[in-house]
Amino acid sequence: MKTTGIVTGIVSNLVTVLVDGPVAENEICYIDLSGVKMMAEVIKVNGKYASVQVFESTRGLRNGDKVEFEGRMLEITLGPGLLQSIYDGLQNDLTTMEGVFLRRGEYTEPLDHKKLWDFTPLAKPGDKVVAADWLGEVKEGWLPHKIMVPFSFQGEFTVKSVVPKGSYNIDTVVAVLTDAEGEEVPVTMTQKWPVKLAVKGYREKPRPNKVMETGVRVIDTLNPIAEGGTGFIPGPFGCGKTVLQHAIAKQGDADVIVMAACGERANEVVEIFTEFPELIDPHTGRHLMERTTIICNTSNMPVAAREASVYTAMTICEYYRAMGLKCLLLADSTSRWAQALREMSNRMEELPGADAFPVDLSAIISNFYSRAGMVVLNNGQTGAVTFIGTVSPAGGNLKEPVTESTKKAARCFYALEQSRADQKRYPAVSPLDSYSKYLEYPEIEAYLDKTVEPGWVNKVRTAKNIIRRGKEANEQINILGDDGVPMSYHISFWKSELLDFVILQQDAFDAIDALCPIERQRYMLDLVLSICEKDFEFEDFEQCRSWFKDLINILRQMNYSEFMGESFNAYLESVNKMIA
Amino acid sequence: MANKAYQKVYTQLEGITKATVSLRAKGVSNDELAVVQGKLAQVVRTKGDLVTLQIFSGTEGIPNDSEVTFLGEPPVLKVSDQLAGRFFDAYGHPIDGGPEIEGEPREIGGPSVNPYKRRQPSQLIPTGIAGIDLNNTLVSGQKIPFFADPDQPYNQVMADVALRADVDKIILGGMGLSNDDYLFFKNSFEAAGALDKIICFINTTENPPVERLLVPDMALTAAEYFAVDKNEKVLVLLTDMTLYADALSIVSNRMDQIPSKDSMPGSLYSDLAKIYEKAVQLPTDGSITIIAVTTLNDGDITHAIPDNTGYITEGQLFLRADTDTGKVIIDPFRSLSRLKQLVQNKKTREDHSQVMNASVRLYADAQNAKTKLENGFDLSDYDLRCLSYAKDYARELLAIDVNISITEMLDTAWRLFAKYFSPAETGIKQALIDKYWKS
Repeated sequence: MKTTGIVTGIVSNLVTVLVDGPVAENEICYIDLSGVKMMAEVIKVNGKYASVQVFESTRGLRNGDKVEFEGRMLEITLGPGLLQSIYDGLQNDLTTMEGVFLRRGEYTEPLDHKKLWDFTPLAKPGDKVVAADWLGEVKEGWLPHKIMVPFSFQGEFTVKSVVPKGSYNIDTVVAVLTDAEGEEVPVTMTQKWPVKLAVKGYREKPRPNKVMETGVRVIDTLNPIAEGGTGFIPGPFGCGKTVLQHAIAKQGDADVIVMAACGERANEVVEIFTEFPELIDPHTGRHLMERTTIICNTSNMPVAAREASVYTAMTICEYYRAMGLKCLLLADSTSRWAQALREMSNRMEELPGADAFPVDLSAIISNFYSRAGMVVLNNGQTGAVTFIGTVSPAGGNLKEPVTESTKKAARCFYALEQSRADQKRYPAVSPLDSYSKYLEYPEIEAYLDKTVEPGWVNKVRTAKNIIRRGKEANEQINILGDDGVPMSYHISFWKSELLDFVILQQDAFDAIDALCPIERQRYMLDLVLSICEKDFEFEDFEQCRSWFKDLINILRQMNYSEFMGESFNAYLESVNKMIA
Repeated sequence: MANKAYQKVYTQLEGITKATVSLRAKGVSNDELAVVQGKLAQVVRTKGDLVTLQIFSGTEGIPNDSEVTFLGEPPVLKVSDQLAGRFFDAYGHPIDGGPEIEGEPREIGGPSVNPYKRRQPSQLIPTGIAGIDLNNTLVSGQKIPFFADPDQPYNQVMADVALRADVDKIILGGMGLSNDDYLFFKNSFEAAGALDKIICFINTTENPPVERLLVPDMALTAAEYFAVDKNEKVLVLLTDMTLYADALSIVSNRMDQIPSKDSMPGSLYSDLAKIYEKAVQLPTDGSITIIAVTTLNDGDITHAIPDNTGYITEGQLFLRADTDTGKVIIDPFRSLSRLKQLVQNKKTREDHSQVMNASVRLYADAQNAKTKLENGFDLSDYDLRCLSYAKDYARELLAIDVNISITEMLDTAWRLFAKYFSPAETGIKQALIDKYWKS
């Protein structure tokens, strides 16, 4: 029998319920408001009282209204058809909802039950299988979507039967398994999983050993992120966080991209679902939308569902990872999620930590980041979830709880700088404050030696040193004046400007410059470094400045031209003439 | 108002603060309205049968034996075409001496638009002000505030923008407006002959501060009626959102909530987002564009109010006095329109974005030169050229008193480039230099 209860207290979306039976932490319940069932989640139990956070507006709710508990945690449905979908934080399909406005208690099916999928069996009767093993495959767009033994199955099973090759809908029983006791268990194309728990069902989680290409020079060249790696982008508003994240979503070398719009602007989601169906994935030539799932809990949607949205997105990534695919999760912004936690903690009158955030914020964030990673599946194949989150630090100050907690959890740090944004030096990723810990991994260094060129990591370090020296020289020039420093300071400064303008800066709105493949990045860095290695002599700093400005201008024109095309080569010739 | 056969009257208050009262009552629903000693109030918390009410006009003079009746419904606005051309208070009652509005009552602060039912904003809103049109182009369906110190003429600029914009309705939500500013808006709308498309919800400094909390929701409920039901282009002006946020902090403080940064409630981001996210482009051509004002304390954008606003809105327009020209300009560094690339080079000339970036970059070089000058260093020839350019640029393009077309703005910028710089110094794509450079 289900536990029931009645409402006894309401503060905004925190509702206190007097219960008549057992309840579990994170259990889901439905509150009946004049026939409308509103979903809520238990976040605290105190004696016979449960505090629940309601995923909807509580306007009109009364004390005495009835509540029914479901005996399960918040879970989502996994199966073919997740890609190309636009869901809210609770996995309701937003495209099938009626009316212009979102209605309370309107919950829609996440997957199409009528659509037929071409199924090919991969397992055969007699096979011994465990959770996450592959039973069959359907084609989802161009991706091989594996039908797996549900993640929740414990122990070893024997395959009793698998349906033959053919077209079936997601509810068809495609396989029957028998457990250790000989009990028969049917398996369909879908399964459910509670989002707050990490999906296991893999053999091991090794250190990442490959780089995920994004086509953004300041990431791939200077601070590469590994496949299965974690990174975050903090920055004040107006520094280009969203543009950078969208660039990664468009160009990232991944099979599946899940974008979680968490407490951000609705128009940014509109931009994704308007543009992605038109844009082509540079790696496969398919439409970008075919590999994308959008989880959308915009800033005006119920606050409690914001927290759910990032977990929903992560669970979908883990599901595709178990198929041996490369997934990329982009969450914008994790600060909004932290703020949702803060609002609830505040309403529950918990003792606050720094900036009124809950004291366990840091633990929650690192727990979430730890769900990313590369895994070796039971069958020896690999899959990866790469996670990049954005952080919106209050007042642009990086010494705030969300940024500090995330810094402990993420391995790449892409700090966006107000001063670079003010000078329109986009992407405004700080070349000196940002880092990628993966550059210190010997396996990543070996990978780059092999795929880019031998000694690549040292070249990247050289480039960073040139920028650092340029910054120091510039500070001296600012203190002592143009005439007060030796010529070499000016040359150092302008070499760093050369790197800045040609390598660091990139025009995300230019058809050619927006996407810079790693081969082109290698070519340009080698070219720029070869110029930086040269010794130059100038009569005065004016001559130095104008010579470098001309050079930078030509190299920038190269960035705007087709790689190795006619005008590219013409500009290259002018560069060679200048430096001869 | 309520359809109850009888209304229970409560007469025993348990507690009174400056903004809230609490009493024991049964069957009360969350967010519903009540009347306490003739003053309008709203349920903000229930705990068992202890109910906390927020009194909009303040609790001055309320005794603990006040009569309290519950109205059984949240605040509503009656909507119909009769709204056009009228002035209301924060509760939606006329203050212009005209009759009450007849129409369908709609709950204010209602649900949000399904993001999937939105369309990508794509219509340019020209304002004639180059600091906006050239550098920070506005698009219908956008939400953007002016960030300004209290001494800046933000209300005047906003009125100019509203009257030049090609929209069907202009809805003004005035919060803590001084009586002078209220009359300024009224007169400028009247003088422009635009009264028939204006709707105003006004809370002046003479009214109680907590009443302000109703104003944006009232204005946006009216906006949704015209945009969703009538497919009209609606421009909503909200001034001053800083005073709105102050009222939020008063209420949360009286409810003993733990304040977060700058004594603001922890829910400030969500509270502001609920308002700004009402800006929308609908597939039917109807749209709501929001232009707001957030006043700053001495240009400090790290304060919680402008900071949270900046993360919600699609950019900000930063007003500041320019010491070189003595004019008020739209600061090109700190201003931003996030939707500008949806119209630039598409609805405007192909050279727009490159000209914009080059002109701002050169202006930044001028600022560096200025710093050098202030530090007592010799200026190079390039520095001097930048400084002269900056003066012309501020006077001819950044000043808020500019009123020209976007093509004229672009031509002006090319003229200034040619006057002071070589093509290479602008860093503009060669193809555009070939076509537009004014030698």
